[in-house]
Amino acid sequence: MPQTLLEVEDLRIHFPTEDGLVKAVDGVSFSLERGRTLGIVGESGSGKSVTSMGIMGLNQGSKAQISGHIRLDGEELVGAQPGRVRALRGDKMAMIFQDPLSSLHPYYKVGDQIIEAFRVHNDVSKKVARKHAIDLLGRVGIPQPEVRVDDYPHQFSGGMRQRAMIAMALSCDPGLLIADEPTTALDVTVQAQILDLISDLQSEFGSAVIMITHDLGVVAELSDDILVMYAGRAAEYGSAAEIFGRPGHPYTWGLLASMPRLDRERTSRLVPIPGTPPSLIRVPSGCPFHPRCRYTELVGGQRCETEVPALREVVTPGHAAACHLTAEERTRQWAELSADKIPDDATAATEGPEAREPA
Amino acid sequence: MITFVIRRLFATVFLLIVVSAITFAIFFIIPRLAGQNTYQLATEYVGRNPTRQAVLQIEAQLGLDHPLWVQYGNFLKGIVLGTHYNAGTNTAYCPPPCFGYSFRTQQPVWPQMVSDLPVTLSLAIGAAIIWLVSGVSIGIISALKRGTLFDRFSMSVALVGVSLPIFFTGLISLELFSYKWPIFPNVTFVPFSTNPLLWARNLVLPWLCLSFLYAALYARLTRAGMLETMSEDYIRTARSKGLPERTVIFKHGLRAALTPIVTIFGMDLGLLLGGAIITEVTFSLHGLGLFTVEAVQNQDLPEILGVTLLAAFFIVIANLVVDILYAVLDPRVKY
Repeated sequence: MPQTLLEVEDLRIHFPTEDGLVKAVDGVSFSLERGRTLGIVGESGSGKSVTSMGIMGLNQGSKAQISGHIRLDGEELVGAQPGRVRALRGDKMAMIFQDPLSSLHPYYKVGDQIIEAFRVHNDVSKKVARKHAIDLLGRVGIPQPEVRVDDYPHQFSGGMRQRAMIAMALSCDPGLLIADEPTTALDVTVQAQILDLISDLQSEFGSAVIMITHDLGVVAELSDDILVMYAGRAAEYGSAAEIFGRPGHPYTWGLLASMPRLDRERTSRLVPIPGTPPSLIRVPSGCPFHPRCRYTELVGGQRCETEVPALREVVTPGHAAACHLTAEERTRQWAELSADKIPDDATAATEGPEAREPA
Repeated sequence: MITFVIRRLFATVFLLIVVSAITFAIFFIIPRLAGQNTYQLATEYVGRNPTRQAVLQIEAQLGLDHPLWVQYGNFLKGIVLGTHYNAGTNTAYCPPPCFGYSFRTQQPVWPQMVSDLPVTLSLAIGAAIIWLVSGVSIGIISALKRGTLFDRFSMSVALVGVSLPIFFTGLISLELFSYKWPIFPNVTFVPFSTNPLLWARNLVLPWLCLSFLYAALYARLTRAGMLETMSEDYIRTARSKGLPERTVIFKHGLRAALTPIVTIFGMDLGLLLGGAIITEVTFSLHGLGLFTVEAVQNQDLPEILGVTLLAAFFIVIANLVVDILYAVLDPRVKY
């Protein structure tokens, strides 16, 4: 049995508009094994949601131009028959969305919506499907599932709605679960519950999970691998330990530095990344991050402005970053940066690289 | 649900009483406040050439010398139970619902309205079915094929449709299809029970003209509603479940887009049942609309009063039906 469940290779999703071609996703590659979690991180407009919609085939039929490869269980999805992708959707791959209230149909009972999802792909009676729906609602932690199955979405609380969405997504036991900012619209206390639920169910169902978020805390908690996206491209890709331990891209540094942490002095201010995300119609030449990057002068000549950096492995195999900085320069800069930012924090900056060096 | 319906029914009855009180006030109190004495008021109820004797007789009949609350009580009693008009020499019984006697025909108003009702019912309900089906389907197709030739063409036609008044489209269609090419000659009302085929044939032109206006409106409404719903998050969810596109469009999209249409449809139909005035006048169909026009032209106050109350009744009932339907259609409505 091939262990790799999902393989994305050089995926490009472009939207022609009146203002020009929007390169929402421009050459992204990653792979995901069964039972593992990939976190996709990036600002709004970095192409993370479009990537997931592309995998699900949800922008088929629109004007999107899709190229590259998406292989689910060895089956090519790019250019596949819409009917074939539809049959896989909900069955072999499922998705949870950001806002559970607007994502559930207000006019249909929660149970009926789960039953519908189950019966599209399974030829069972309504009664069997209803039992399955009640069972699922129970497993995602809805109290009295045999009663709540007949409730409408507006009768559920925000957290319960997201639980119901998860139940619906898992109804056909999909191999791949994509969670697109599943906790953004929820209370902080509920966020942790939902994340725990996803990770519990993941080990129970053995699904692979793609967790899309702009919240580094969320990916840190759940992900095995992390893909940092910027302007539709991969900025950095590697294991979670590597990305948090020794990030190799100035953009990732910026993300980490702008993250509030409880174990830090209140006096140290959060450091925002200067500037705004680039327009996807006119992506900056060379490295798309160069207008916001502080380290361009460390790279010789005008390389940042003219040459697109390739996604290269930094120090450890499997950890790649798209940056012109040399490996030594990166290690030095990050050590400096983290030492400056986190005076008494030993985990990330000092201990991290040394502890992992032998491995 | 049942308690909700009962509560709404009570509210409806209350509303009808309010409507009757307002109508009574318009016809019997306001003229008095404006300085008319009972004799002058009675004169209004005798028609164009009042004789002193007729006026005095009406004054006695209507009981205009009684206190106002007694008058209103008699007025309500007449509608609910009927009245014995005691005009001194002869006693006339006006069966319920009694809106009094018409000046022109000297007949009770109610039976006249009842005889005109089938015309308006045939016209309004037939046209409503046509405009609902055509308007909504064109709206759906336009929304799903936004920006295509079909969409642009049908929306242009719809714009023309909402802009053209019925007395224009009606007269043109009569000229073309009744006189020049007599496909539908002699447009007169034939009762359904007499000859269903002729009934339908003679109503085709009025139906089409009336429904053209509304279909245009409904096509635009449906298109806008569909476009909005199809971009909702729950449509994306429906697609992500792997549902066939037809299920996504009809079960998830149309279901939500149609709810407001149902509301407007109920109101429009209720309004039309009180008389499709312009259409009826244009095609000389003797329904409640034409009845109203004639009543106004002849200053036949009892007729005006009757048709006002009947039209108000239809609108109030349409409101009730829409309210109940809405509670059935949208589970978020609290009842």
